[in-house]
Amino acid sequence: MVDLSWFDVVLRAVIVLVGFLTMPLLVGQTEHKVMAHMQGRLGPMYAGGFHGWAQLIADGVKFTQKEDIVPAAADRGAFRWAPAVALVSYLLALAAVPFSPSMVGADVPGSLLLVLAVSGIGTVGTLMAGWSSGNKYSLIGAMRSAAQLVSYELPLILASASFAMAAGTLSLTGIAHAWTPVWLIWQLPGALVFLVAATAELQRPPFDMPVADSELVMGPYTEYTGLRFAFFLLSEYAGIVVMSLLFAVLYLGGWTGPFDDALGWLWTLLKGFLVAVVIIWMRVSWPRLREDQLQRFAWLGLVPVALLQLAITAVGVVLTA
Amino acid sequence: MAAVGVAGLLLFGVAMVMRRLLAPVSANPVRLTTYESGVDPVGSHWAQTQVRYLGFAFLYVIFAVDAVYLFPWATVLRDADLGAASLAEMGIFIAVLLVGLVHAARRGLLRWLP
Repeated sequence: MVDLSWFDVVLRAVIVLVGFLTMPLLVGQTEHKVMAHMQGRLGPMYAGGFHGWAQLIADGVKFTQKEDIVPAAADRGAFRWAPAVALVSYLLALAAVPFSPSMVGADVPGSLLLVLAVSGIGTVGTLMAGWSSGNKYSLIGAMRSAAQLVSYELPLILASASFAMAAGTLSLTGIAHAWTPVWLIWQLPGALVFLVAATAELQRPPFDMPVADSELVMGPYTEYTGLRFAFFLLSEYAGIVVMSLLFAVLYLGGWTGPFDDALGWLWTLLKGFLVAVVIIWMRVSWPRLREDQLQRFAWLGLVPVALLQLAITAVGVVLTA
Repeated sequence: MAAVGVAGLLLFGVAMVMRRLLAPVSANPVRLTTYESGVDPVGSHWAQTQVRYLGFAFLYVIFAVDAVYLFPWATVLRDADLGAASLAEMGIFIAVLLVGLVHAARRGLLRWLP
């Protein structure tokens, strides 16, 4: 850990912030376009001229101009701060994800633990929103997202622990350094568990029971309007970015690739983007799971597979050490 | 890390100031009522709900404690003195938890209870 001057600290924070504001927009626009083409539509075509590239920026401007409503029944303090909790947690997570050995917002020794811990706080924002809204839809949505956190956090942690064991370190930089192509085979079950559990953590379809629009309107976010609502959307897409990059660093070797001395960060970015496209693809392909199926799947499908992966990794490490 | 957190809070603060400058404010008090698909809200705003996933929550707490031990173990697994012995010990530890999970599944705890 090197000592940084205050200028470096501010510069890094600003770079992380800029990345935080652009990458989710990129993923969001990709989702618009990829979903549209998978469903035989064009998607946004007008805003900005070329294939509607400015659609989400226009959306952002529109959200800023909408009235901000705090319902009379709501708990004002918690209601107003919930979007900030969701947003800042993913921002902190993004800061600790390394793009290349030298390119990381905040170089923390146990960065894997840190990323898992702060991205879990994002769900607290959702809970705050649902509880404080004083709305029945929101309350049921928040309860469902709590249930989902309880069930899917575990396979996520177990799968991450398997990667940490295979590398023998809790630092994301160290894990990506220890990565070899063999990981693609012997860590495959853990990687699949990680991808599914991460999608569920983000409440993305097919695991979007908490915000199921046909029964709960918009779940915990029902009462939100304008910019606060937009911040929840932004944090959802930032969550996709964080989880995709994390998957790329843990399982796809991060910056490993041709010319990785100079272009390492580009490889991380490309791999993470690919994972994000897979997450979008899952949304288009599968219908929403029912709430009880969701829980069963986590406990009887993902947890045993993750434990099996732990056993494989542990025995493999001890035998080859 | 702290700087990034401050940057995030600044982003939120500045955005809220911008919103205050740009967004309109209507005087109609109806807009402050709770949304219930367009009908007048039924009953109190604070509804009671049944927490049906209590069993899952207990299981989660048990396994989360297990996960707390997993991460330090990950860093000593390669150690020549500790590696094999710790493997056997953690194997027994996780097997006990697994027996518990199988028991819970067989007793029907992993269903969404009515």
